[in-house]
Amino acid sequence: MSSFAIELKDLRKRFGKTEIIRGASLAVARGERVAIIGPNGAGKSTLFNLISGRLAPTSGEVHLHGRRIDGKPPFEINRLGLARSFQVSNLFTRLSVFENIRCAVLWSLGYRYAFWKFLADLTDANDRTEEVLEMIKLDRRRDVLATNLTYAEQRALEIGVTIAGGADVVLLDEPTAGMSKSETRRFVSLIRDVTAGKTLLTVEHDMGVVFGLADKIAVLVYGEVIAFDAPDAVRANPRVQEAYLGSVLADAQTADASRWQET
Amino acid sequence: MPHVHEGRPHYHFKPYNVGRWIVWGSYALVLIIAPLLWTSSLSLTMLSQMGIAIIACLAFNMLLGQGGMLSFGHAVYSGLGSFFAIHALNWVSAGQLWLPVSLVPLVGGVFGAMFAILLGYVTTKKAGTPFAMITLGVGELVAAMALMFPGFFGGEGGISGNRVAGQPFLGITFGPQVQLYWLIAAYTFACTAAMFAFTRTPLGRMLNAVRDNPERVEFIGYSTQSVRYLAFIASGFFMGISGGLGALNFEIVTAEVVGAARSGAYLLFTFLGGAVFFFGPIIGAVLMVFSLVLLSELTLAWLLYLGLVFLFMVMYAPGGISSLIMMNLRLASFGKLREVWAAYLAFAGAAFVILAGAGAMIEMIYHLQLNQALGPELRFMGAQLNARSANSWFGAGLLLATGSAMFELTRRVFVRHWDQIEEDIEKEIKRREALA
Repeated sequence: MSSFAIELKDLRKRFGKTEIIRGASLAVARGERVAIIGPNGAGKSTLFNLISGRLAPTSGEVHLHGRRIDGKPPFEINRLGLARSFQVSNLFTRLSVFENIRCAVLWSLGYRYAFWKFLADLTDANDRTEEVLEMIKLDRRRDVLATNLTYAEQRALEIGVTIAGGADVVLLDEPTAGMSKSETRRFVSLIRDVTAGKTLLTVEHDMGVVFGLADKIAVLVYGEVIAFDAPDAVRANPRVQEAYLGSVLADAQTADASRWQET
Repeated sequence: MPHVHEGRPHYHFKPYNVGRWIVWGSYALVLIIAPLLWTSSLSLTMLSQMGIAIIACLAFNMLLGQGGMLSFGHAVYSGLGSFFAIHALNWVSAGQLWLPVSLVPLVGGVFGAMFAILLGYVTTKKAGTPFAMITLGVGELVAAMALMFPGFFGGEGGISGNRVAGQPFLGITFGPQVQLYWLIAAYTFACTAAMFAFTRTPLGRMLNAVRDNPERVEFIGYSTQSVRYLAFIASGFFMGISGGLGALNFEIVTAEVVGAARSGAYLLFTFLGGAVFFFGPIIGAVLMVFSLVLLSELTLAWLLYLGLVFLFMVMYAPGGISSLIMMNLRLASFGKLREVWAAYLAFAGAAFVILAGAGAMIEMIYHLQLNQALGPELRFMGAQLNARSANSWFGAGLLLATGSAMFELTRRVFVRHWDQIEEDIEKEIKRREALA
């Protein structure tokens, strides 16, 4: 049971009368890299919000390393080793790049709410921050305020804040949304580097990114996981073809326009 | 108008930060030299009040500037600190409690923190507008209670005390104002240093993070509510110390110290000084004492002037005086300050003309409303005005119109010029980055 990093059991979420997630079940093994795909409105972002604690499910269970986490507040889930990024960059805008990362490092190193220690003396936190800055290649921009970064830099910092705490389960919500082709290619290799050895779940529209990042693909349609398998098997799955891949072809033409849309 | 910049690095590699020693050394020096330069009893009173106000405004800004929490009822914590301090002082006088008078402000601090623990638990459950609303409610609640329990709060007359109590230490009785000033100065320096140190700790930094993006804070392991609550308690502690010093200074504490007017003054002057930078509230506190003590002597309409200044500040320089200073320091560091001197002179001229015009009108209105028995004549800025003659009104109106036109013209030219300078500075920064 606990060999799974993330396990969803018959998860349901209802907003008013509409049920967005309708009995989604998924079991992701430790170290697996999973892309969640699905047409717009399938509930991909809602699913991430349920796993990360931003929303509480109406019914069903979420397990992280065998521990039940549904209904817990986000910070407790994070302390148990799950971190997530956001589709729209969600940074500490008036703090520098360095401070953004350091904030994300503090809890995991046990500094909690300390007001009797100076940040400048926390060698391990500062070293870890430097390390993360180099990993996301923002070490030269360390003193720039997050709000003054370019879009691609903000996306990189978003990833940095997510992985800095060392969580071993990482959820990335459309990490490459809004990026150019060449930026996306560079970014995929960056994500692969910084999440090496971790369990990775990512929501992605760009099929290039999906095949570049994931060992397995989960297909979410109308709030249900209709397929969860290796990319080739998913492609060959008739249910997926019927429900989803047909519309992907149609979507391909309008991909640029729809890429930024919230699901 | 230009945006506020606060791009300063927080991380220093150097073992010793020379700049910081200079800044803190000069701060201590100012606190020491001030009473030697201004020795009159009025200036000593004002300096003492400034020290007290500095602690209060800095403590208020722990929430406003560093945590993004707008409290409308923060006088509750300084005020309750004042009441407990004056009772402690009276117990010392009566021999029921052994405590050096110099530690009485700490009693205020402890009770300020205790009430922050009690009331802050409710308040900090929410952020943003609900937070502001709850603080307003709590403030009203405590202000109402102050009049309901005359035994503790002394009713309308308040509680008075005598700070010459207990055994004098090394001949210090705190009887003379100057002795009390030294105590206040010591507390002011220590509290300023402690509150600055707080901004450099994990909790202090997470408080900034909560201000910028509370949602994300929850996803990096921190409970925003806990961060807010702890900061609220720290702020309450320093507010209480300020209140305790106030009790020693005035030797009387009345219900108005917990009232909405006092809370409003903290908010207004902290904002005027500038909530963005740590030192902003210090400027605000000095201004607060100047306007409460001097401006109120100068004119009956002082609250109106204050309101106008506040309005202008919010509209044109929302970062307060401190951010104006920092923007100009940035200009100076790029050698661009001399390009804007002329504009500043023009602004000063326009401001003076507006002040003369608007001031004359305001004073005439006040004169008509309040001093009618003295006849329509009044003196304002060296000129003889007649509140009943069209000439005076026309003259004042003309001044106001001219001043406003001057201001608007200067502002338009200045904004364009400022943008140009900003562009030049950005280019210069890019050039330096490329060289590095």
